[in-house]
Amino acid sequence: MSTSDYVLHLADNALVLGQRNAEWCGHGPILEEDIAMANNSLDLVGQARMLYHYAATLKGAGATEDSLAYFRDPPAFKNFTLVELPHHGPLVGYAVDRRDYAVTIVRNFLYSALMGLVWEKLQDGSDPDLAAIAAKALKETRYHLRHASDWLIRFGTGTGESARRAQEALNHLLPYTQEFWLLADYEEQAVSEAVAVDPRTVEASWHEIVAHVVSEAGLRLPDSGGHRSTGKCGVHSEHLSYLLAEMQSLARAHPEGVW
Amino acid sequence: MSADTATSVTDTEAEAWALLATVTDPEIPVVTLQEMGIIRDLQLNDAHEITVVITPTYSGCPAMDQIRADIADGLRPLNRRVVVQTQLSPAWTTDWMTAAAKEKLRGYGIAPPNRRCGSEAEPVSILRFMREAAVASDEVSCPQCGSIDTVESSHFGSTPCKALYKCLACTEPFDYFKPF
Repeated sequence: MSTSDYVLHLADNALVLGQRNAEWCGHGPILEEDIAMANNSLDLVGQARMLYHYAATLKGAGATEDSLAYFRDPPAFKNFTLVELPHHGPLVGYAVDRRDYAVTIVRNFLYSALMGLVWEKLQDGSDPDLAAIAAKALKETRYHLRHASDWLIRFGTGTGESARRAQEALNHLLPYTQEFWLLADYEEQAVSEAVAVDPRTVEASWHEIVAHVVSEAGLRLPDSGGHRSTGKCGVHSEHLSYLLAEMQSLARAHPEGVW
Repeated sequence: MSADTATSVTDTEAEAWALLATVTDPEIPVVTLQEMGIIRDLQLNDAHEITVVITPTYSGCPAMDQIRADIADGLRPLNRRVVVQTQLSPAWTTDWMTAAAKEKLRGYGIAPPNRRCGSEAEPVSILRFMREAAVASDEVSCPQCGSIDTVESSHFGSTPCKALYKCLACTEPFDYFKPF
């Protein structure tokens, strides 16, 4: 159970961020970035599919890739709160027309910096299925990190406006990364069974990557204290429900549908 | 197993490989799936069934369904049930692309991967958009004019496996198949 929940946690992160980033499809700030974000989502949804497929095998009882993605409700999702947040700052509410690419880039940066380290450990881990998925995902995640790092530096060293928005995005999102280092029950169990990566073992390396790029970008690393989000334990922000409602409605309207 | 059966199994296998050698990549029709390193193995299960093992290039590669269908189509002359199995490990790498495939890519206007990936983890490098940095760390030659005076316009191109480049010598944009 703990292994399948841990795999679900990894899968939900990838699916929810993949769905979030896909919102830019057709709305990207420039054509190249529109395409880049669509590619990023494609990679993430692909990773999610492999992970859901594996989780379904572990869970049995008729679970499938689709039943896990489309027929679980928000409290069953184990993704970080970070990845479900909209592409804008804290005070705008549900304003899709106010998407800020700085938030997108900073989030992708913080998340891919973590996952690069996690996949790297998992690919040498004791679970062969997870190791195979990790080896695949690692290569993609490295490109995501490179992309996000480049843009963060571009924003930070660009105009006053771009630097200000990048800094605000960092201030807004960094506190949510505290959740990376808190162990959920299933995670603790999976760590003790040597299946999961103990996130605390990559915390120092993550800080190093983040501090390095943020300083290259001429930005300030804000304080990451304050409220600790708990998405990985199933307690989410209000934003996840909207995201899932949009993503799941088609499959739920046509439960036997195949496409 | 009699000698006769053994010969016929080998013949069928050879025929299957020969048929597969004509199945091209749906996204890049100048190269075959075999040259791309996507087809990993082939097994004759019994007189009625054949299994082809493939590996995805990228996790979300949208061409995978088409690739499965194309393989089944390509093997139709064998008159057997075709099972296409996906295998994740070892993870696909551009290192498996044959030299011939790389030349075909270049001829098609896509710059092939410029280096081997190996198994070593690459350091997390930050690549600047500036021209000199791009040229120094990752030399990519233009498939049109051969110049290495090229610059990356975007990490991600028309498919996840490609990046967008432009040549500063002949000013043509081109796709670059990223080392992966």
